Amino acid sequence: MGLDIRLPIGIIFTLYGALLIIYGAVADPAIFVSSLGVNIDVWWGSAMLVFGLFMAFLALRASRREAP
Amino acid sequence: MHLHIIDYAIIAIYFVFVLGIGFALRGRMKTSDDFFLSGRSIPGWITGLAFMSANLGALEVMGHAANAAKYGMFVNHFYWLAAMPAMCFVGVFMMPFYYGSKVRSVPEYLRKRYDEKTRTLNALSFAVMTLLVSGIDLYAMAILFQRLLHWPFGASVVASAVVVAIYIYLGGLTSSIYNEVLQFFLIVFGFLPLAILGLKAVGGFAGLEAKLPNPGYAHTWANIWHASQNPMGINWFGTIFGLGFVLSFGYWCTDFLVVQRGLAARDMPSAQRTPLIAAVPKMFFPLMVVLPGLVAISLDPHLTQYLNGRYDNALPAMLGKFYPSGLLGIGLTALLASFMSGMAGNVTAFNTVWTFDIYQTHVNPGQPDSHYLKMGRGATVFAVAVGIATAFIVLHFNNLMDYLQLLFAFFNAPLFGTFLLGMFWKRTSAHSGFWGLLSGILAAATHYTLYRFHAISYPSDMAANFYQAIWAFSVCVAVTLAVTLFTEPRKEEELVGLVYSLTPKPRNQDLPWYERPGILAIGILALCAVLNIIFW
Repeated sequence: MGLDIRLPIGIIFTLYGALLIIYGAVADPAIFVSSLGVNIDVWWGSAMLVFGLFMAFLALRASRREAP
Repeated sequence: MHLHIIDYAIIAIYFVFVLGIGFALRGRMKTSDDFFLSGRSIPGWITGLAFMSANLGALEVMGHAANAAKYGMFVNHFYWLAAMPAMCFVGVFMMPFYYGSKVRSVPEYLRKRYDEKTRTLNALSFAVMTLLVSGIDLYAMAILFQRLLHWPFGASVVASAVVVAIYIYLGGLTSSIYNEVLQFFLIVFGFLPLAILGLKAVGGFAGLEAKLPNPGYAHTWANIWHASQNPMGINWFGTIFGLGFVLSFGYWCTDFLVVQRGLAARDMPSAQRTPLIAAVPKMFFPLMVVLPGLVAISLDPHLTQYLNGRYDNALPAMLGKFYPSGLLGIGLTALLASFMSGMAGNVTAFNTVWTFDIYQTHVNPGQPDSHYLKMGRGATVFAVAVGIATAFIVLHFNNLMDYLQLLFAFFNAPLFGTFLLGMFWKRTSAHSGFWGLLSGILAAATHYTLYRFHAISYPSDMAANFYQAIWAFSVCVAVTLAVTLFTEPRKEEELVGLVYSLTPKPRNQDLPWYERPGILAIGILALCAVLNIIFW
């Protein structure tokens, strides 16, 4: 019914994931001293990106099934 | 803690989405049922995650991290001893009555089962409690933003409150539930890296155990047998009966804040699955709150380095210590999300109880539906405004978890007695509910007064709360029984759908096994038992 909540969740997580990956890739590596030397922005950004794309995929699949 | 533009951007994006969901749902709120019950149309996995998320307020997240730093793994009892059995019980045994009787609120069930005065008493006490609780989330949010972003306390209270008010005003319960699902995923993604990095920093579980200031902190059950041996000062009876039975069943089974999510489900199996689906992530939540609390205390046993003298700082301090810019924005958004979902849960529960059980019943009955829809929107604004005021009251308490459990021990603990007798014993008479509930609340008030004036004493405030709950519940049950014996029982045909023995059981035979509530509940309890043994 109505709005499929998976779509906004998919969009926001994809957006957050992409932002984190880009920021982590260009940021000064010194900021990752706090995260024990791990570039957690890139790693966790990737996890969020995958989750976001998966949610968006589920939402789009459901809407395509309903529409035609 | 230093924030960069990326962190601010992440927080800003979150606000845009939260409000966007409210606006997207605005046109769908045509009747009061749409607004207060989401038209009973939501799939089980969504109501389940919302059920979990409505409970994930500031206290749940920051409060339990603080408790873990203070009391150690004993805090796991709030999850594995308290929440799990109660969530399974409400799903399997109680949801059929809530959902099946088509009531719109918990007090309305009490009117059907008992009488009008029982309902009114419960509606009033629930409304008061909800407003007092909703201020906690605003307070916590404001404190955080004051400390991290250097916003003034008043401005951050008002800013957060306005956002919650707007999305509920526009989209009612649906908006609240949808946002809670978004908030749930943000909370998981925001806090999980903390568990991973924290464990890495202290050298895994073995390293953590070696660094804890007290070896007892690494055990859930080992120190329960004598009150003197555990830091909370509570023995097995107070823990199992007070927390594990009265407080937890009182909260999970009768608090409309969580039950309302089940009522929004689209059919009976979804309603029954709602608390069961919520139980699965709930079971693993200690990983995200208890573990960071333990890491905090093992890195800073004297509370001087990161904790700044207060256990309540455990979670934000660990976010600041481990998260670089970027992820820090996600972590702060997760905290913000948890406060907003807690606040929104209280507001939607309040506006429903206010509109149906107080306003429509006593103040202005017989109006067209659109009038009550408008009233619900008005009540939303009112609840948020009062929430802002209570945030300033909360400012004067120094331990939030004690404050919350105190409120629960006043109002939820006796209520569970009323429900237990009402749902499972058909003889319980109409009058007995009111008198039982009233004397339970009075017993809690008496106990609280005696404790405050030092006529009785306990090793900790939390122990006092547990025993207060036990007293309130016991008095409620005793009085309800006594009054029942001297008053007429209700006719059996009036109680069909309201009492266990008179209601046909929901037929689940045609559901696949993984959708049957009973099987799910057994699986959850078995898994929970395994966790208890691992972290004994």
